[in-house]
Amino acid sequence: MNRIKDKFKNITDTNLLLLITVVVFFAMYIGAILFQGKGFLKPQTFFNILNANASLIILACGLSLVMITGGIDISVGGVTALVSMCCAVYLDYKGGNVFVSMLIALAIGLAFGIVQGFLVAYLDIQPFIVTLAGMFFARGMTTIVNTNPFNVANENFVALKETRITVPGFGSVNKLGNYVPAYIEIGVVVALLTVIILFCVLRWTKLGRSFYAVGGNSQSALMLGINVKRTKFLSHLICGLLAGIGGFVYFLHVGSGSASHASGMEMNAIASSIIGGTMLTGGVGNIIGTFFGVLSLSTIQNIVSSAGLDQAWWTGITIAAMLCLFLVIQSVVMARKQKTEK
Amino acid sequence: MQNKEMKSLSESVMKLFRKQIFIPIAALLVLAVFNLITDPSFFKITLGYNSVGDPVLSGYLMTILDYGSELAILAIGMTLVTAATGGQDISVGAGIAIAGSVVLRVLCGTDSRPETLQAPIIVAFLISCVVAMLFGAFNGALVAYFKIQPMVATLILFTAGRSIAAWINNNELPIISDPTFSYFGGFIPGIPVPTPFFIAVACMVIIALVLKFTTLGLYTQSVGINESSSRLNGLNPAFIKFITFVILGLCVAVAGLIKVSRLSSINYSVIAKDIEMDAILAVALGGNALSGGKFNMTASILGAYVIQFLTTTLYKFNVQSDALSAYKAVVVIVLVVLSTPVVREFLSGLGKKIKAMIHVKEVG
Amino acid sequence: MKEKAVLEMRNIHKSFPGVRALQGVDFTLCEGEIHALMGENGAGKSTLIKVLTGVYTKDEGEIFIKGKEKAVIIRSPQDAQKLGISTVYQEITLCPNLSVAENMYIGRTSSVYQNWKKMNEDADQILKSLDIPASATQQLASCSIAVQQMVAIARAVDMDCKVLILDEPTSSLDEQEVAKLFKLMRDLKERGVGIIFVTHFLDQVYEVCDKITVLRDGRLVGEYEIKDLPRVQLVSKMLGKDLDDMSDIKSEQSAYDKEDASASVFEAEGLVSNAGIKPFDFYIKKGEVNGFTGLLGSGRSECVRAIFGADRVTGGTVKKDGKTIKITKPLDAMRNGIAYLPEDRKIDGIVGDLSVRENIVLALQVLQGFFKPISKADAYKFADEYIKLLGIKTASADTPIKSLSGGNQQKVILARWLLTHPEYLILDEPTRGIDVGTKIDIQKLVLKLASEGMSITFISSETDEMLRTCSRLVVMRDRKVVGELSGEELTQNMIMSTIAGGDNNAE
Repeated sequence: MNRIKDKFKNITDTNLLLLITVVVFFAMYIGAILFQGKGFLKPQTFFNILNANASLIILACGLSLVMITGGIDISVGGVTALVSMCCAVYLDYKGGNVFVSMLIALAIGLAFGIVQGFLVAYLDIQPFIVTLAGMFFARGMTTIVNTNPFNVANENFVALKETRITVPGFGSVNKLGNYVPAYIEIGVVVALLTVIILFCVLRWTKLGRSFYAVGGNSQSALMLGINVKRTKFLSHLICGLLAGIGGFVYFLHVGSGSASHASGMEMNAIASSIIGGTMLTGGVGNIIGTFFGVLSLSTIQNIVSSAGLDQAWWTGITIAAMLCLFLVIQSVVMARKQKTEK
Repeated sequence: MQNKEMKSLSESVMKLFRKQIFIPIAALLVLAVFNLITDPSFFKITLGYNSVGDPVLSGYLMTILDYGSELAILAIGMTLVTAATGGQDISVGAGIAIAGSVVLRVLCGTDSRPETLQAPIIVAFLISCVVAMLFGAFNGALVAYFKIQPMVATLILFTAGRSIAAWINNNELPIISDPTFSYFGGFIPGIPVPTPFFIAVACMVIIALVLKFTTLGLYTQSVGINESSSRLNGLNPAFIKFITFVILGLCVAVAGLIKVSRLSSINYSVIAKDIEMDAILAVALGGNALSGGKFNMTASILGAYVIQFLTTTLYKFNVQSDALSAYKAVVVIVLVVLSTPVVREFLSGLGKKIKAMIHVKEVG
Repeated sequence: MKEKAVLEMRNIHKSFPGVRALQGVDFTLCEGEIHALMGENGAGKSTLIKVLTGVYTKDEGEIFIKGKEKAVIIRSPQDAQKLGISTVYQEITLCPNLSVAENMYIGRTSSVYQNWKKMNEDADQILKSLDIPASATQQLASCSIAVQQMVAIARAVDMDCKVLILDEPTSSLDEQEVAKLFKLMRDLKERGVGIIFVTHFLDQVYEVCDKITVLRDGRLVGEYEIKDLPRVQLVSKMLGKDLDDMSDIKSEQSAYDKEDASASVFEAEGLVSNAGIKPFDFYIKKGEVNGFTGLLGSGRSECVRAIFGADRVTGGTVKKDGKTIKITKPLDAMRNGIAYLPEDRKIDGIVGDLSVRENIVLALQVLQGFFKPISKADAYKFADEYIKLLGIKTASADTPIKSLSGGNQQKVILARWLLTHPEYLILDEPTRGIDVGTKIDIQKLVLKLASEGMSITFISSETDEMLRTCSRLVVMRDRKVVGELSGEELTQNMIMSTIAGGDNNAE
């Protein structure tokens, strides 16, 4: 017992919060299976959660990175909408090429990342203000680019959108007795790659560790010889880039452009990050946790909708409630931990 | 002799230049001059009659006075929150949706299209005040007692608020047919000036009296500048932060009443959309530091009207309402960039150089 | 450059708006030397160090490092690190959320990959060789402050630094830890590292240092071999005058406490707060000046904070004129006539952006309550009165307090509390970081107020200041009250020996 206690005492903040998240996710999923029937037992249900939330995973990863560095970025949802709209207009009206549209997405994300990063890191403006402005700018620009929502009919694009990658061993038998293989969309592959790459960067590179150092105590990080401004700049740059990628993945999933796309997505991304154990105060967080955070969030949404509460407002309320709960947990856990140390 | 007068004039101009209120005044002048050049009819006010036959004043300036009211009221609360916490409340738009929804719910009772009002308007308004202050208290508690950054704490209501508003009325869109309800957002028969303007003025008078006859101003500024030292001077910083959010809640309720009265109905996803941005912008335009501390209420309120001036100008140039935010975002960024120490230092250096050059010329 | 010198700073100038922090300071450090940098608060020590470590850039002057022909340019902490200059600051400058090993190695190499295994092994080896009780994989926040300090030193040691700067490293360490640190310093000295040692503890200077450089008011006073400079001379060089100058102040002291020796105004029993002090008893009489003394971190500030309710009081009772009163927050204390001038003026005292006038009336205003604002006219009257009374040098009552000098800021805070007409005034380090003239003013004022019947607690790091003003001293060690001195016992030696400990007798 004592040893467990010791282990608990020595656990890093990051791992402690990660542990809570993973436990919460599994508890919730098992609860869903028990109370919501067998739907949640089907592997495809799980893969559908992934399919629908691939872009959110990517956005949340970028956001986690910024939050670990001690900042915040609420422009990611707006950037996603702008990217979808620009790519849609380019592909549909101009008959463009899919590869170029990807470059457009990257360029938009990168532009936001660079400008916001510069303002935050080198001019020392509060990240919230900068990215709030970024969000409104992106939303406004989306309407300026095109007002009406429309579907993209570009053949190459539709082919890419319809591409399904079967996952061997996870199929199920449908009512007619046919075997239906489980599948994921391309976006999921991108999302998983993002998670893996970002996890490795944060864990095993000097740059990754300096994100943590700056978030932990930027003054100290400066004294320890870390280029704090550059680190902050890079965190926003990467987040912007990921917002571009996530935007394209989102576009690939919905296949249309609309000014109302991805509304409230920044909120979901922030909520996922926080549920995934990223501290708002910076320095603590884990990409794997963020991944589980997104899964927890979307599982809750699935539970809400399968419970018959499919009115849209319930989702907003449950997410907000969950976010609130986790914020309070964080604040309480940290306060307790500090007390035991003294 | 003339030279002396010139000097004293330039001195008083310089004095004004250094004052905080100079920023919104300058912005207002720039906008006014711009409109004067492009289209002088912008400033025309005409007396006409509305559909019921009552006299009303109309014109762009009246629009600004009318629609700037909610913003000015919000700016009052937002200024206090900013001063005390060094952060902003981004849930005011959602809060207006909630407060408005409560008003309609109380007025309509169970029927969403009532023939007569089910409760006096004042009761509905007071209940919405209580509800809005409770939500303000929720934000305040998260910020003051759980020490969550204001913007993140209010993010919760920012998302959930409109859903809650819809839930209050079972997602129905009640419509009030009673004409007296529309007085608050429109015109009282016989008075040609829009009512929201009077409500805004009343709020300003109240806050002016509060600031004069209580120590709210000193306390919020003191907490915003140095929390630890305020505590040692006997203040309770957490409670003061909390209170500013409750006051903002009250402002939200008033703004909410005006908003729903304008429509005599509500649209949960559109009502007061993006108004949080405008309210923050008003505070920033008033020259108040968004990081908290000293504030100037007059400048904030003036800032709110400048924002409305900008919005109206943009509308006049046929900018779509959804696209407005892009332009305002640019204004925000320009403002905050100009207020950073790095840029300020650069500008004041530039100013000195220019002065030196002029001086050299004079001597030469 | 001199033969054995590893570092030479010549004619360093540095100004901040309104302050000339350094004016033509020279400093030379030799190989294998422990060099004390002494001076009062505000003498320019920390500015000099920050110039050397690249936190500030100097306005003028040259810095030479052994092995470099030309004067080096240090623009950032990284530059300093590359040149072999490492610093261990008083406040921990490590990242609490990272592991011990990471804190030792982060920001040092340019390689992309982070090798955890090797890093942890290396770190464990160094920690072991330096006898530091921490493991490499532990999160830094879970270590005690002393261990965190040692980790910082381990980091510096491992960086093969030529110049190691220790900026008040001992203020949060206990005796054994200090001894360990000194052993470490001597080891490093053997290896030829030049160490700059900044401290407030004279004993420690004479224990480990070879040379002393004294600064005062941003200027160099001189560089001395330790054996050529007895303590008294060192102190008078730091203060810039002979000690006798101030010895006449005490004659003004009132006879109040002698006459009225019976009743205590305030009494505390078993008082304890959450700041980690042991329960203590305390009393003060009308018109008495007493003091808490002890080393930094001995708990003297925590004691007075507990009396004022500034920390959360967890036990004990406080009595005023024999009646029990409840003090749970500063406002309670203020209502009972207690005023507290805090130790850290910047953090706890001034409200920087507010004007001098607002700062002066703040406490009185809070006492009067929310619905009774002091009118502007009254506020100006009060402010002008105290500006004149205390000789506060300010352009006007509307000047923001942050633009005043340290001493004048302190006077404003003092004015704030005097305005509330307290019965009991607690002054925690009122003379820290302010010029000598103001120091004497404040001490004189303390005695004058006491003669008018105010009870005062006066705390200062400088023992002679306390000897001059206090008639009774409570001595603290390790967060515990260990003795009380009054009358004949009030001598430098007696205080020193009480602080150092009478544990032998106790056993």
